[in-house]
Amino acid sequence: MHILVVGGGMGGTILANNLARRLSGEIEQGSAKITMLSASDKHMYQPGLLYVAVGKMSTSELYRDQKSLLEPSIDFKVDPVEKFDLDNNSVTTKSGKKVSYDILCIATGSRGNAAGIPGLAENACQFYTESDALAMYKKLQKFEGGKVVVATGVPHKCPMSPLEITFFLIDYFKKRGIWDKVDLHYTYPIGRVHSLEPVANWAAPEFDKLGVTYETLFNMKEVVPGKVISEEDSSAEFDLLVTVPPHKGMQVIEDNELGKGGFIPTDKKKLNMEGRENVFVLGDTTNLPISKAGSTAHFEAEALGENIAALVQQGEPVREYDGKVFCFIEAGDGKATYAMFNYDNPPNPQAPTSGLHWFKTAYNRMYWASARGII
Amino acid sequence: MSDRILVDAKNTFCPGPLMELISNMKMADVGAELELLSTDEGSAADIPEWVNKVGHEIIDSFKEDDVLHIVVKKIK
Repeated sequence: MHILVVGGGMGGTILANNLARRLSGEIEQGSAKITMLSASDKHMYQPGLLYVAVGKMSTSELYRDQKSLLEPSIDFKVDPVEKFDLDNNSVTTKSGKKVSYDILCIATGSRGNAAGIPGLAENACQFYTESDALAMYKKLQKFEGGKVVVATGVPHKCPMSPLEITFFLIDYFKKRGIWDKVDLHYTYPIGRVHSLEPVANWAAPEFDKLGVTYETLFNMKEVVPGKVISEEDSSAEFDLLVTVPPHKGMQVIEDNELGKGGFIPTDKKKLNMEGRENVFVLGDTTNLPISKAGSTAHFEAEALGENIAALVQQGEPVREYDGKVFCFIEAGDGKATYAMFNYDNPPNPQAPTSGLHWFKTAYNRMYWASARGII
Repeated sequence: MSDRILVDAKNTFCPGPLMELISNMKMADVGAELELLSTDEGSAADIPEWVNKVGHEIIDSFKEDDVLHIVVKKIK
């Protein structure tokens, strides 16, 4: 039984490690094999980019060697997939190798698509790649005051990031002693300041207390120097624009026509690709109407690991993914809270505490154990 | 009717029905019809609010078995 995992991000890594442990006997006997194909020999801790953008983390803390995170039995290759031949259970890689599989797990993730908003890349800050986060920090260091606007594209990964970057910006300006020279204006695509109603109900009064103005039902359409214009025919002038860009799935998913926008149609509980019983999808790559977040990938990987191992050992799956998501929310001023929910239970976030901020800070380092499947 | 794009956002909290509609509208062609399914009580108000503000058109809206169906046509 050959299990192929495509993608070495959080979901793919946790899944591969989970399977390697559950199927250790079969792997040793030679009746099962796990291969991972990835575009990079490095694993990035993406939530760290938020911290890099405001100078709270160095880029060296973002990376580990991918191989160091994997169980030794996993055959890891830096040779990304270019073609999927699902009808014949095989993929072709960049180096031209054809790799056949019995079970395929696609965890290629998502990417910021600034090109989807004319003028965004040239006129705005972003923080979803290392280079963008560093560029944003450099701009912040030169900023001496003025109108700062935060704007968010749809869809995007890390649903808490619009709020977190706003609270981190406030912390940063206060630390620099220029908060009294900043006029901070937050915009958001739907009719409240966050997609999660309890989070919005907490955040809006915090904005009021801090003097942050906000405009909802604001979907970026275009950015020109000094002004961001919305689909709703509104606009906001800025001296500094900080954005969460709209996202797409990876190019290879679009090139192979596996899903519109690069997001693969996926069963919300079984996590198989619609119409394919031996192809599974997890993390940002799915088209599921749930958070594109690391924790989503993590919990999906745990459910899939158990199910795929059961498929191999017993012939059928044993559980369903229940939609579980857990997101920390850095609230600034040394405090954080979290939102935890699943398909059936809504979130009920509590007031931010310093304890939770320190837990998040610790998790920024414990993540590597999480990727290895230890915690 | 057969080309209508179904956006099943039942029992979703984040990003939620309106954001799912916005994401899918972006990928749809002008003239496409999208049928959003939602169990969120707020959708009955917030989706028409956004649709009207941005200039799309609500073709139909009905409730069936506690599920709200809103059909939106992409105008621009």
